[in-house]
Amino acid sequence: MKFRTAIAGEDLAAAALGGPTSPRPGRAARLARSTRQLPLAPALIMLILFFLGPVLWSIYSSFTNAALTGDGAANPQWVGLENFRRLFSDPNVTNGIWLTVVFVVGSAVIGQNLLGLAIALLMRGRNRWLRGTVGAIVVSAWVLPEVVSAFIWYAFLGQDGTLNQVTKALGIGSQDWLYSSPMLAVIIANTWRGTAFSMLVYNAALADVPLDVQEAAELDGASGWRRLWSVTLPLIRSAIVTNLMLITLQTLSVFTLIYVMTAGGPGFASSTLPVLMYQQAFKFSEVGYGTAISLLLLAIGAVFSFVYVRVLKPEA
Amino acid sequence: MGVDTPSRRAARLVCAGILVLIGVAFLAPLIWLVLSCFDASAQTNVKFPDHPSLDNFRAVMNTDMLWRPLWNGLLLCGGSALITVLIATFAAYPLSRYQTRFRKPFLYTVLFATGLPITAIMVPVYGLFVRLQLVDSMPATALFLATTSLPFAIWLIKGFIDSVPISLEEASWVDGASPMQALRHIVVPLIAPGMSVVLIFTFIQAWGNFFVPFILLQSPEKLPASVTVFTFFGQYGAVAYGQLAAYSVLYSMPVVVLYLIVSRTMGGAFRFAGAAKG
Repeated sequence: MKFRTAIAGEDLAAAALGGPTSPRPGRAARLARSTRQLPLAPALIMLILFFLGPVLWSIYSSFTNAALTGDGAANPQWVGLENFRRLFSDPNVTNGIWLTVVFVVGSAVIGQNLLGLAIALLMRGRNRWLRGTVGAIVVSAWVLPEVVSAFIWYAFLGQDGTLNQVTKALGIGSQDWLYSSPMLAVIIANTWRGTAFSMLVYNAALADVPLDVQEAAELDGASGWRRLWSVTLPLIRSAIVTNLMLITLQTLSVFTLIYVMTAGGPGFASSTLPVLMYQQAFKFSEVGYGTAISLLLLAIGAVFSFVYVRVLKPEA
Repeated sequence: MGVDTPSRRAARLVCAGILVLIGVAFLAPLIWLVLSCFDASAQTNVKFPDHPSLDNFRAVMNTDMLWRPLWNGLLLCGGSALITVLIATFAAYPLSRYQTRFRKPFLYTVLFATGLPITAIMVPVYGLFVRLQLVDSMPATALFLATTSLPFAIWLIKGFIDSVPISLEEASWVDGASPMQALRHIVVPLIAPGMSVVLIFTFIQAWGNFFVPFILLQSPEKLPASVTVFTFFGQYGAVAYGQLAAYSVLYSMPVVVLYLIVSRTMGGAFRFAGAAKG
């Protein structure tokens, strides 16, 4: 009964808002109206089964000692907050949180964002050929599959790699960058891989900045930096916010690049949360504990995603 | 653009110089890939091949290493991209056309879901697949891949449908067409270019996805190229770097070509990035 009134209410709302309703609400029409949301069903089922389900299951199993093999796999025991207590006293996890922050700030907020903005700004007013060539090179780094980028950087930074060839030629000496500074290595690789996205977003945003505003500021005697800081950047503020949120969310979940380049090593020196989660769940077969780590990652992502939706305020 | 003073010309030259430097820095890591794939004795260093040849390509072009993984990738990624676009279009239509009380919360949830790190749910998803005995099933993996790109696809396709004036469908309703007929005969032909961009981008994303098939598939004969390249070269010592480079080039080729097609015909990422902004 309640269900039927709910549907009737919807129809009233639909009629009031100019939605398609038939003039005579007969039995058939009512049926048609209640079935017209039906095309949503497959999407809903998939999202519930593969998205919501696993998230809810992970909340449950993070309170158990579920494991891939052995006793924990057959009948997981309820362990309460044990996994979380362990989580925040585990130096690898606190280290992983710190490395994730370093990775996101270093490669997304500073690397991709600033470099992408710089390239987009530098491209303005350059000739077509230079714009096109540099743009194509930067985009090609973005188009390549992640595993391939990881191999390319593995070769580039290795003991006999290109970078050491250059530093040796300059007389600085060589080192195995993946071993001596793994975080710097993966940050540079991820910056290389992701900058194109920021560049494209800022190219599009800058194209909307009217030229006469620039010229007016120039006539008022504003210097280049001044014009950038007080005229151009405020005009593309919403693009900057959107871009920062998107690349932060993308970078939070980077696994493949780090896993192929360093496998989280040496030791745990580049085990960001996604890599640590994988290691705990699949390498050490502790699914319950790995799930607790993945919940932590999910919670951080959820906060950023929530802020993103609020900032974007789309007209749904 | 105003008067061209010498100092300004110098500033322009500096800007162009910095841009060239950035371009060179971005190009440098790629040089190794291009040179090594033609060098049968390639190592990790950059060196012009002594005897440029196609030996590396010949060595990897066999069923186990290349053809089957590429075919698996095509099934997995093509399948998931088709499912995504089909299901997203169905879902987007009522979301665009009918006002109901749950529409807005649903759309915000969809947008929220686009931001969640998919990596984080892979451990519970593996648990789910074990429970349902779906581990090592290609259709199930394709379905999961499709689900991960569904929120973004629904969001984009709803935007495309919003831009189709409803008056066209109203005319067809008067003629007795059902909403689904209107969707198929009126809306879909109009948003087909947008749908194909979503299709291609979903495919490109899935093609590059390593983590999902790495976790959910196990049999070597079911693995797509993204995982095979890792299992062949990443896990063992004494890597044949020339073959690795050749394999990487062959595996990257389809997505590079698809990207070029999209960017040539649609304005590509510029428009896509614009659409992503809402």
